[in-house]
Amino acid sequence: MKVNEQIAIDHGLKKEEFNKICDLLKRTPNLTELGIFSAMWNEHCSYKSSRIHLKKLNTKGKKVIQGPGENAGVIDIEDGDAVVFKIESHNHPSFIEPYQGAATGVGGIMRDVFTMGARPIANLNSIHFGSPQHSRTKNLLRGVVKGIGGYGNCMGIPTIGGQTSFDESYNGNILVNAMTLGLVDKNKIFYSKATGINKPVVYVGSKTGRDGIHGASMASAIFDDKIEEKKPTVQVGDPFTEKLLLEACLELMAKKSIISIQDMGAAGLTSSSIEMASKGNLGIELNLNKVPCREEKMTPYEIMLSESQERMLIVLENGKEDEAKRIFDKWNLDFAIIGKTTDTRKIELFFDSNKVAEIPINILAENAPIYERKWKKTKLPQKIKFKKDDFKKLKITEVLKKILSLPNISSKEWIWQQYDHTVMGDTIQKPGSDAGVVRVHGTNKAIATSVDSSAVYCYAHPLTGGKQVVCESWRNLISCGSKPIAITNCLNFGNPEKEKNMGEFVECVEGINEASKFLDYPVVSGNVSFYNETKDKGIKPTPAIGGVGLIKNYKKMITMELKKNNNLILVVGKTEGHLDQSIFAINILNEKKGPPPEINLFNEKNNGETILKLMEEGLINSAHDVSLGGIITALSKMAIKGKKGFKLNNLRVLINKFDYYFGEDQGRYIIEIEAKNLPKVEKILKDNSVHYDDIGLVTENEIIVDKEPILHIDDLIKLNKSWLEDYMDK
Amino acid sequence: MKSSVIIFPGSNCDRDMDVALKKFGFKNQMVWHDNQEIPKSDLIVLPGGFSYGDYLRCGSIAAKSKIIKSVIEFANSGGLVLGICNGFQILTETGLLPGILLQNKYQKFICKNVHVKINDKENKYFKNIKKEILELHIAHNEGNYFCSDDEMKSLNDNNQIAVTYCNEKGKEDEKFNPNGALKNIAGIFSKKKNILGMMPHPERMIDKYLSSNDGNFFFENLFENLK
Repeated sequence: MKVNEQIAIDHGLKKEEFNKICDLLKRTPNLTELGIFSAMWNEHCSYKSSRIHLKKLNTKGKKVIQGPGENAGVIDIEDGDAVVFKIESHNHPSFIEPYQGAATGVGGIMRDVFTMGARPIANLNSIHFGSPQHSRTKNLLRGVVKGIGGYGNCMGIPTIGGQTSFDESYNGNILVNAMTLGLVDKNKIFYSKATGINKPVVYVGSKTGRDGIHGASMASAIFDDKIEEKKPTVQVGDPFTEKLLLEACLELMAKKSIISIQDMGAAGLTSSSIEMASKGNLGIELNLNKVPCREEKMTPYEIMLSESQERMLIVLENGKEDEAKRIFDKWNLDFAIIGKTTDTRKIELFFDSNKVAEIPINILAENAPIYERKWKKTKLPQKIKFKKDDFKKLKITEVLKKILSLPNISSKEWIWQQYDHTVMGDTIQKPGSDAGVVRVHGTNKAIATSVDSSAVYCYAHPLTGGKQVVCESWRNLISCGSKPIAITNCLNFGNPEKEKNMGEFVECVEGINEASKFLDYPVVSGNVSFYNETKDKGIKPTPAIGGVGLIKNYKKMITMELKKNNNLILVVGKTEGHLDQSIFAINILNEKKGPPPEINLFNEKNNGETILKLMEEGLINSAHDVSLGGIITALSKMAIKGKKGFKLNNLRVLINKFDYYFGEDQGRYIIEIEAKNLPKVEKILKDNSVHYDDIGLVTENEIIVDKEPILHIDDLIKLNKSWLEDYMDK
Repeated sequence: MKSSVIIFPGSNCDRDMDVALKKFGFKNQMVWHDNQEIPKSDLIVLPGGFSYGDYLRCGSIAAKSKIIKSVIEFANSGGLVLGICNGFQILTETGLLPGILLQNKYQKFICKNVHVKINDKENKYFKNIKKEILELHIAHNEGNYFCSDDEMKSLNDNNQIAVTYCNEKGKEDEKFNPNGALKNIAGIFSKKKNILGMMPHPERMIDKYLSSNDGNFFFENLFENLK
């Protein structure tokens, strides 16, 4: 087939991009070469719309060993240990085929982590679905949860945290973001940069099939009525093979034979081989007849673009081939020497003794198009003047009951009970907490991690929203007694060719950057997912932030459940009663306008660090950050987890009680302390100029407001738990 | 005391079991599935996981593996064989234990703490155990124990029902049955009670920072009984 402009356009390339290819090559590419260009130059692989903005991100810090640009980020957790982590989206495939889409998302991110020599120790996910009333939501949710569990459970890696939300903006585009953390010896990290000429290039893992061809291009397009036709572009996962691949790779890594290693993720053999050569400033030569294929008569085009899962590409030291092969034979995996590194700085492909492609590497990588797309700023919306008279009709009990059973607030136990969260025997804080916590096996250290996003805030004002997500992540890690170290981000947005969507992206990134700098909470890895749009309707901007923190002595970890009767309950941080964009405003008052709560980074940092001081002194019995639904929702969740009640004092503040209890001001925590420790706690808070309110105490099982018992904790537990169970199973 | 944990491709609780056994004094060794022989042992453990991917019936391929002959010989000569989760599934597939583990009644993977009651203490596993209701963890998709009426009668007649799902007070009600298993069965013995298969994972519950440390009772006691 002779390549022309139309064929290029069918490959997702723009007319100008095709012309640029012809200019750079000084000829028209053949079909295989065109396929390679389309795979490397699509949004998913090239970051062409986002790159100039991502460059501005704060990616450096004392604890950062490896920032963005590798398979995953790496941070130092002392004593020679390092944590490798990253989050990645698998949105488009999961909407088309929820089980396989989600499963291979989990498989892909785990490969990114163990490619660097780390053994995965925890998985998390951030999943977002359309309105519960939408006809597809239930099946998508069921399929995604089964897929995530199916893969992670089989691998034997605990899924220790996550986040689920429902919003009609995801009706046509669900989001499935998967995050993995791995543990590695700081001096034994593996990178993708190839070095040396004439080194064997080895293919290991599963055989190559026709699945997933052009998956990355699909992920760079918007959906229309024909999405069912895209099913063949979704890959099929095999967690068993990945488990073998994990063990085999780690076994080989223990020997000194790997120069460079890269997993075959998006755009498969194409991007992995080009990446290795590009980073090492080398060329690469592959004989495609040597690639293990599971289907007959596969063409070079198909072999290069297949996204079959569970495959790796390795550049070995000369003479280590036999030793490496023995290991992969032991694990029953394919092992084939398919080429070598060269000094040509070209990718050269051979098939049936013919050269079928020859492209200078720099054209593919460095010369990939970069767009400075037009974008529009989002103005800060006017504050809503709530009619406080209307509040008089409301009863705290009824409002609280309604909020706790809302889809976005209700317990997600139905989901995380399907994930093995205790395998590996080191999970000391399970899902359903502020953060998941796993011990660093055989040490006193533990890693706390959470994933957060706030699409409602980001949609109302992207700049504030971007800041808020980073702060929320920071607070979640502080709440369990860990020191936040670094983040990974998964930037889920609509169509970057639309100024509004591009603006949301630019301003969210700016917000993330600002907060990340101020909190010294650098971004070490991430992924961008654009084109989350169906038939002209895009998603709300949903940057998801995965945070990682260190607990030096896990015995000092803090949990959120209320512990002991008569302990005091304090709100740390100032409450102004910001209702705009709150759960209360949107769900009770049906008011969807207004600005999100303001972020004061100084207070955020100061409050968080002061909480850590209190924890170090052993003065805190439980802690939880205040987020959606305000103080009373946060406190209810602490009560639910501890199967305890609470009594609220008469308010000694000047604002309305609904403002106080349901406002979503930022930078706040609820802490439980023993009464005898109050003077010490007050002193530390005052010394650090942190505002606090003493709001009540822990009771056996009654929720008491204004001296009236309003609810029994068992009712609250049931309310909070039943929505999702009833929705899915009844 | 020497123990051996068999690793099949796809086993994923092998390390956890190794950690637990060593913590309570066993000299444990890991044995690869491709071996013909098992080093001298007082206890053989088939750990949890997804042996060979469990793409066929769970445990069915492991039941035909190279090493399994030695496990069967060891068991038939009276040796102690413990199968947890996938290990239990493998034991039923080899025929060393009667019955089969079906998919959970609610067709979902379940990972949570459960309580189990020890029904028989006249054996090496539970003799003298200091606690009769243990809080343990389950994590499985196929833990719904099923057997024929004849097999059930034989299980009852020979006191082979080892542990059953219950509440924290020991009440065995369908309400506390997480997976639909017949008679709330969480684990069974062979006739001679040298083989124990059970779905709950004691190896995940061995210190107080985990969600329970009742696994300690199990391992401590087992070690003492074998001394």
